[in-house]
Amino acid sequence: MNGQANQTETGQPLVEVRDLDVRFGRQEVLRNIQLTIPRGQTLAVIGESGCGKTVLLKTLASLVQPTRGEVYFDGHRLATLNERQLTQQRIRFGFVFQNAALFDSMTIGQNVAFPLRQHTTHRDAEIQELVLMRLAEVGLPDSIVSKKPAQLSGGMRKRVGLARALIMNPDLILYDEPTTGLDPIMSDVINELMIRTRRNHPVTSVIVTHDMLTARKVADRVVMLHPVARLVHGESQILFDGPPSSLDRCDDMRVLQFVRGEAGERLMEMRKAAESRAAG
Amino acid sequence: MSLDASYQPDSASSSRTAVGPLQEWVSDWGGVAIDTVLAVGDLAVFAWRTLAWLGSRLPKRETLLPVLYQVGVLSLPVVALTGMFIGMVLAVQTFFQFQQLQMETRLGAVINMSLARELGPVLAATMLAGRVGSAMAAELGTMRVTEQIDALSSMGANPIQYLVVPRFLAFVLLIPMLTVMAVFMGVVGGYFYSVIILGIDKHHYLYNTQQFVDSFDLFSGMAKSVFFGVAISLVSCYQGFHCDAGAEGVGKAATAAFVQSFVLILLLDLLLGISLDRFYFLLWPEGSSVFGG
Repeated sequence: MNGQANQTETGQPLVEVRDLDVRFGRQEVLRNIQLTIPRGQTLAVIGESGCGKTVLLKTLASLVQPTRGEVYFDGHRLATLNERQLTQQRIRFGFVFQNAALFDSMTIGQNVAFPLRQHTTHRDAEIQELVLMRLAEVGLPDSIVSKKPAQLSGGMRKRVGLARALIMNPDLILYDEPTTGLDPIMSDVINELMIRTRRNHPVTSVIVTHDMLTARKVADRVVMLHPVARLVHGESQILFDGPPSSLDRCDDMRVLQFVRGEAGERLMEMRKAAESRAAG
Repeated sequence: MSLDASYQPDSASSSRTAVGPLQEWVSDWGGVAIDTVLAVGDLAVFAWRTLAWLGSRLPKRETLLPVLYQVGVLSLPVVALTGMFIGMVLAVQTFFQFQQLQMETRLGAVINMSLARELGPVLAATMLAGRVGSAMAAELGTMRVTEQIDALSSMGANPIQYLVVPRFLAFVLLIPMLTVMAVFMGVVGGYFYSVIILGIDKHHYLYNTQQFVDSFDLFSGMAKSVFFGVAISLVSCYQGFHCDAGAEGVGKAATAAFVQSFVLILLLDLLLGISLDRFYFLLWPEGSSVFGG
């Protein structure tokens, strides 16, 4: 199954990426990415460290500008929007950062309420009610609102990040490695929260993850990226695009090795590099 | 070079010895020049965007007040203390020179004019660059490294409008007041040491001050301080926004913020000193205050 097939099943695409290249100076991170994400779909982006997963996620949120190509969100080409139009679209995104990216100087309540205070005219009482509701949704008690982010554990911070991302009822939630650095139980709590979020809100999700358990459990579709530097000439950077169930049946050894967590070719590459260095 | 070496090893190595160092030197300095031009251009764009946001929407009160408190209230004691000691040090350093010329009663004019025109604004700005500017760069740098600035953007809040504009405003509004405080405390310190400790005649000390120092001197110091405030706030915020990853990056940003602010303060002091003197002579060609005529 591919992205196109998914699109016809679940409706019109919410996000479309065409011919996307991203470079930082001489370093090419993304090359000729084509991606369509239908409404309501949960897409997991997997791949080894440094292959450009987070850059892709940030490009979708217009936090990184493409070197070439276009990103469309609900029919709007993000690069051509002015500041006000982009803000209007960004209100429709929720971004859960890898380390939550909560504002240190604010309390948890102020962090979660931040988008509401920026973009709505709700009164304090309404804002407080919404904040408590979102915190309850992610399983956090009311008593947490007056605490500072530094007083919370990693798992709690991620849940606060999720509550903040949900507060404006976004159409698209972008998760950057939501389970990285958490124990297996807390990882599963976060996975369940992502599933519950999708069940409770009509939301499209993109999850960047290394965690195959998350990809299999939460995603409808998985895309695997490969580092540009290690692509064979003319090869697409997307090595796999399909449902999680077909990951194990993939023909590409690189996909199977990643999914099974086998070092395989990488160990051989490292050994060859060490030998050639030793040979002078 | 590797291709040359495989083709004609001997001539390649000789050309490497002859051209190599020069080529490297040109390449290094070329790189430095390009980086400098890019950084200046980037800073100019950053300044322009700050001014554009300042013109279009003022920050909310709850965003501005904490920054005003940090820049103004918390800097007040250190600026006042520095000003007072500088006033006293000036008295100590100039007294013996003036005593030899039997002009010690002119100490008031020298101390107070130096404070109003030069030392007050420069020292207040330096203290602010050290105390607030570098802290600001470290704070914004940490926000950059921990993706808090990206989080602001992703929630539809413009980071320049939300983070830079309040800091810029706080500096521009409060640095003239802090300068007045530094000058005032310097005047008090200078008076205390000259009149109370050194026993200079109080009447002549004040009379000479009145004769040689006028309101243009104070205006000159305050005008300079506004430019210093603009420079410190923009450089510090810029360094924070363009911080490299990791603890080392944050440390470098804080150091660069102070060093660049300090160099800019001195450069601006020179340029503004020349410009304001010209402006003064344009208004008052006889130069009554400057030369005591």
